[in-house]
Amino acid sequence: MSLYALCFILFSIGLYCLLVKRNLVKKIIGLGIAEYAVNLFFILLGFKENAEAPILDKYTASQNFVDPLPQALILTSIVIGLGVTAVMVAISVRIYEKYRTFDIREIRRLKG
Amino acid sequence: MLEHHVIILLMIAGAIVAMELEDMLSSVIALGAVGIGLTLEFLLLRAPDLAITQLVVEILSLIILIRATVGVKLPPEKVKGRIGYFLFAVVFVVAFLVFSYRALGALPAFGAPVMKMGSLYVKEALARTGAANIVSAIILDFRGYDTLGEATILFTSVIGVLAIVRKVGRKQ
Amino acid sequence: MRQESGMTLIVKRITRITVSLIFLFGIYIVLHGHLTPGGGFAGGVIIALSFIHLVLAFGKKVALKRISEATISAFESIGGVFFWSIALGGLLFSGVYFLNFLPKGEAFSLFSAGTIVFCNIAIFLKVGAGLFAIFVALAFLRMPDDPKEGGKAA
Repeated sequence: MSLYALCFILFSIGLYCLLVKRNLVKKIIGLGIAEYAVNLFFILLGFKENAEAPILDKYTASQNFVDPLPQALILTSIVIGLGVTAVMVAISVRIYEKYRTFDIREIRRLKG
Repeated sequence: MLEHHVIILLMIAGAIVAMELEDMLSSVIALGAVGIGLTLEFLLLRAPDLAITQLVVEILSLIILIRATVGVKLPPEKVKGRIGYFLFAVVFVVAFLVFSYRALGALPAFGAPVMKMGSLYVKEALARTGAANIVSAIILDFRGYDTLGEATILFTSVIGVLAIVRKVGRKQ
Repeated sequence: MRQESGMTLIVKRITRITVSLIFLFGIYIVLHGHLTPGGGFAGGVIIALSFIHLVLAFGKKVALKRISEATISAFESIGGVFFWSIALGGLLFSGVYFLNFLPKGEAFSLFSAGTIVFCNIAIFLKVGAGLFAIFVALAFLRMPDDPKEGGKAA
């Protein structure tokens, strides 16, 4: 139970970083931290004590596995997170090229 | 049981460091440390598929993030004059934590999942698909639509990056 | 002093060896995706990383002389169309979309599990080519403060 609370604290660190920092790259970092916390939380939900990784083997016939369904969903989510990070970095690179700063307050003032 | 706590505490420490550093390159590298801590945590939680994928995706996103920060020289941050905004963010985060802690009571205890669909997949994977890796059997046979959707998302993000970058400024 | 693109000579020598090793490892992870952990996504990212390794060590002009950008986008499109046609093949074969219609061999051998192997290969082509295209597009956009040609290829 305390592990879930630690996971929520990690998510709130990412959320705080996304809200408060003024640098665009820091905002991307904050969103990345929040995404790590969400992935970790799903896999924590599916863990079973004294069970094994969900891979069948020719020589052992045990059936005591951890839950494979959250692992399949989070595998998709990790790769999608990479795609979203790439698009955000592309946008921020173009913004830097045009306005010469990463500070969002300056960007708001230099309209047009 | 204690090793999970230790690794998640290290990840929290790394996240705080990544948030507070002034130099952008150092904070990106601290984010890489958080990602590798997550890889270790996936290994301890018996998810080797995820550990491999998380490690290589972390390396690639570090390369892309470092590209955004190379050669950028920023002036030092000005004096923070918006104390009201900062307080609002703190209040919001604390409210989120309080409500989520109350919602934690409805979750099953750590180490004893419900596994309503999971036990069905574990029983039927070898007989119906012939694959030994149950996670691969789930994402490519039982839930193939999700993988088709994910391939579409990756394709769209590649098109998006190429469309954003491919204007004036491209090196000739 | 003669100015070469890319990194120093030691890095170039070692890169010749390690690129082939990384490439082989990536193909191994993809093809055994239904027996050991890994699968198409992890293998595709490893292949993209091996090409990025090549570009970072040798500089842009030398590395991109072999593979043009049209080839990269062709590979990505071929991967996507292949994956979708496997799904359509299930529809044509017996009326259910995405059915696993190839015969399942004996368990734990390389060619068991029907269409899963071909799905892994399709995903690996798409993910590998797509991520390498993202890197090439992002790394060769000239930032306004970048130094001129020389050193790292940027």
